[in-house]
Amino acid sequence: MAKLQIREALRRAMVEEMRRDDRIFLMGEEVAHYKGAYKVSQGMLEEFGPSRVVDTPISEAGFAGLGIGAAVVGMRPIIEFMTWNFSLVAFDQVINSAAKFYQMSGGQFSVPVVFRGPNGAAENLAAQHSTSVDSLFAHFPGLKVVTYADAHDAYGLLKAALRDDNPVCFLESELTYGVKGEVPDEEFIIPLGKANVRRTGSDVTLVTWGKQVLNCMPVVDELVKKGIDVEFIDLRSLRPLDHKTLFTSVAKTGRCVVVQEGHLFAGVGAEIAARIQEACFDHLEAPVLRVTNRDVPQPYATNLEKLVMPSPDRIMAAIDRVLGRA
Amino acid sequence: MTAPPPSHTPPPLPAESGLPPVDAEMLLGMYREMLRIRRLEELAAKAYTQRKILGFCHLYIGQESVAVGVAAAGQDNDYWIAAYREHGHAMAKGISARAVMAEMYGKETGSSKGLGGSMHLFDRDSRFLGGHGIVGGHAPLANGVGWAIRARGEDAVCVCYFGDGAANQGAFFEALCLAQLYKLPVVFICENNFYAMGTALHRQSAITDMSRRAAGVGMAHESFEGFNVETVRERVGRAAAYARSGQGPVLLEVVTYRYRGHSMSDPAKYRPSGELGHVKESDPLKITRKRLVDDFGITDDQFAEIKAEVEAECQDAAKFAEESPVANPENLYAYTYAPQTTSMGVGDDAPVHKFEQKGEIAVPGFEHPAAQVGG
Repeated sequence: MAKLQIREALRRAMVEEMRRDDRIFLMGEEVAHYKGAYKVSQGMLEEFGPSRVVDTPISEAGFAGLGIGAAVVGMRPIIEFMTWNFSLVAFDQVINSAAKFYQMSGGQFSVPVVFRGPNGAAENLAAQHSTSVDSLFAHFPGLKVVTYADAHDAYGLLKAALRDDNPVCFLESELTYGVKGEVPDEEFIIPLGKANVRRTGSDVTLVTWGKQVLNCMPVVDELVKKGIDVEFIDLRSLRPLDHKTLFTSVAKTGRCVVVQEGHLFAGVGAEIAARIQEACFDHLEAPVLRVTNRDVPQPYATNLEKLVMPSPDRIMAAIDRVLGRA
Repeated sequence: MTAPPPSHTPPPLPAESGLPPVDAEMLLGMYREMLRIRRLEELAAKAYTQRKILGFCHLYIGQESVAVGVAAAGQDNDYWIAAYREHGHAMAKGISARAVMAEMYGKETGSSKGLGGSMHLFDRDSRFLGGHGIVGGHAPLANGVGWAIRARGEDAVCVCYFGDGAANQGAFFEALCLAQLYKLPVVFICENNFYAMGTALHRQSAITDMSRRAAGVGMAHESFEGFNVETVRERVGRAAAYARSGQGPVLLEVVTYRYRGHSMSDPAKYRPSGELGHVKESDPLKITRKRLVDDFGITDDQFAEIKAEVEAECQDAAKFAEESPVANPENLYAYTYAPQTTSMGVGDDAPVHKFEQKGEIAVPGFEHPAAQVGG
């Protein structure tokens, strides 16, 4: 078993799929000559050539739309957004074309395209480069929205996304591309729509996804030390949402905290809390709480940014509240 | 000081399309096709006033020579992608009058099973890719189709239709930039009908020859009047030959005119009085009919026969739409996601897909064999 950086795990998934499938090409800003803004695609130009690892101008609507059009007629493009912040100028393409083409055509044209790139805050990038787009894309039927926490899942989930016959928004993180983790040498695929119960427990359910999984890990360790039997769920995919795993857990624990990067208002956490109260009302011992970014545009200064992001202290405080300890 | 590398200058469009000369049968076929489109649109307008067709409904009456001329210039394996005034394009590319009408009626038998409606006609068999409602938003998709054509080494082009209004949209500019950068086999056709909804050409753009939008990206372009279907066929034939041979995309402005308002709810009061009457003097059906009479000796009886056949076909389409079952509620959730057919197997079970033939895509910086890959 090899220890891979997340960027290497993502690259391995793309390279393996591209070797077998001529229909796949990688397109985006700086993916070829520059070897990827975050070096995810390093070496891929040399192996696949400029017709399959393709630099673009700064033209997100143009190349996102190109990917969609190619997918509609049988290609399987990977469209890299240098960050998902820049996807917003291609929002019409993803929403009105990728998400709706199959339905508008009465099922005649499917759209097997993967949009991928880093999502959410890195550090000190201020308001316009720190957006979490999870809820924006998860809102729309027709799209799948997938994310990961470690190299193992990054590999297995991207493989599934590349094989999927529908448009997938694949949310990565700038901050974790260099984080190493064990990835088995044998090829494997993690199906989309299956949450990962990272720890089973019976006292309280802690739900999160993406790099917030890493943020929650020290909290989980501390809870266990305190003798609190926490169940820790990594959703992996927001659409489809593995509500079965969620409901089973909350029916058992009766208490739930959702940790979500991004804004509080109308976020994915709100959707999860609503679904849990609909399905598990009789089991709930406390309100479902959300720990999210503070409801402000991202500030630049380090001290202010720390106040905005979900912190282990805030997560612990929310868990104390649902356990009636605060 | 280092000078920037030289700008691209596109090779000139060919002087001849290479298409065979128009004969009586061919021109009569085009006349008939234009008549079919016009008559079905008239029946659609009637059905709309009877509230049998709902939502937005944008009629193509007056512009028929464009879609029919392009069809006559193209190949069956070409792809077309259009905007929301696309009933005529859909018919010219091969969707039956029945399927078009039934879709507008919201019926199970429509081309999109009633899920798309007037603005979202699609047909896999005839390679008609919609039917898109965000003005200019579909232009980038045409490049993806061109990309696939080139990657698979197909002998085809993608024709992308839009209006003068769309030529002001950002996505359209990006599409032109990318198409030329990668020299994709796309023929962009701006049907300039003088109005973006109710905003006249000179009130929406400082240039009124929309083909000039291509100049800024180094793309071959030209503008011509499109009321004569033979002109459209020849001019588009030249552009298609150019794009097909790998010389790059082309932007054509075809000057045309819509007789009706923007949509069925628009009485088009913003047009100067007399403008429509003046345009109708060069009505596509009228001038083609005159040519058929003058140069090919087609008789009134022959025209009457065609008219009767077209009338029967269009009435049949309306009757078919009327009598078809409404959209199937069981389909409500059926087409949100495509069923997974690609294997998720690993190792020897993983899916393998290799192109039978491959084409080359022009990517700047890699034109020369000596170019250092990844350098």
